[in-house]
Amino acid sequence: MATLSPATRMGLSITAAVGVYGISFGALSVASGLSVLQTCALSLLMFTGGSQFAFIGVVGGGGTGAAAWAAATLLGVRNGVYGMQLKTLIRPQGSVVPLMAHLTIDESTATATAQPDHDERVRGFWTAGVGIYVFWNASTLIGALAGDAIGDPGRWGLDGAAVAAFLGLLWPRLKGRDPIALAVVATMTTLIALPLVPPGIPVLLAAGTTALWWAWRQRTERAS
Amino acid sequence: MSLWGWVLLAAAAAYGIKLFGYLLPQRLLDHPVFIRLAMALTVGLLASLTVMNAVGKGQAIVLDSRLLALGAAAVALWLKAPYIVVVIVGALAAALGRLAGLP
Repeated sequence: MATLSPATRMGLSITAAVGVYGISFGALSVASGLSVLQTCALSLLMFTGGSQFAFIGVVGGGGTGAAAWAAATLLGVRNGVYGMQLKTLIRPQGSVVPLMAHLTIDESTATATAQPDHDERVRGFWTAGVGIYVFWNASTLIGALAGDAIGDPGRWGLDGAAVAAFLGLLWPRLKGRDPIALAVVATMTTLIALPLVPPGIPVLLAAGTTALWWAWRQRTERAS
Repeated sequence: MSLWGWVLLAAAAAYGIKLFGYLLPQRLLDHPVFIRLAMALTVGLLASLTVMNAVGKGQAIVLDSRLLALGAAAVALWLKAPYIVVVIVGALAAALGRLAGLP
């Protein structure tokens, strides 16, 4: 570990924290009525956890395939915003963009954008992206085959690990009044939106209020 | 359409959305304002993801052992612990909370 760069270590840590969560997805998906093959296809081809859970949630609740499609797609919109951000910060060459796009999820974006310079961002993105892809798909298969035998991953504190992982990415950025104010605005938006809108949308709304707050601060700074 | 059809369509839509962000012209994204905005959005995004993972459960706010993880991780970060330690501390706090019978 000592010879790895901070971004690589961060990417590996977040892989360990969230990669194994695929077990619960695999088990739930089969319980929702999807086949093992369909479950694995979602992790391999869709590869965006929130949307995958939404898809099987609708199917399991007796919803139509079209409704499952809509829920999953709406939830995936934030990945488009991540793509814009990563393109700006990393400047990928055209040839890697198709692969990069597939690995563009919450965790790889968060790991990349939390780094101080270009090379570290690149390392962070690929370590987290590839690492989670491998672990997520392997654990999806295990979960789909083992079903309920494994039990609730929450018992092992894996959901707590995910919380700590995101807080750990946010923490170094909270230097000075402006970032802290932005974090508070985003937190409030998320808490207010959570019960009111479908899962996945609160993050988009938080991005919206963050942008508005930021624009307002730009104006007041220029005026003073 | 069969369930397989919807699985593949949903996967295609997810990929299309991901790709879309990368296809916007760099000229637009190169604007210094956009770069500063991207940095600001990162803070908002990470804060939102942290809160969502700490108290969100589907479309509800649920307070459970994940809050212990949040608190323990904050203490670890304040003590300048390395990232992997922060993650492990978070997992331990949640697991201990559940072991103690908390939700």
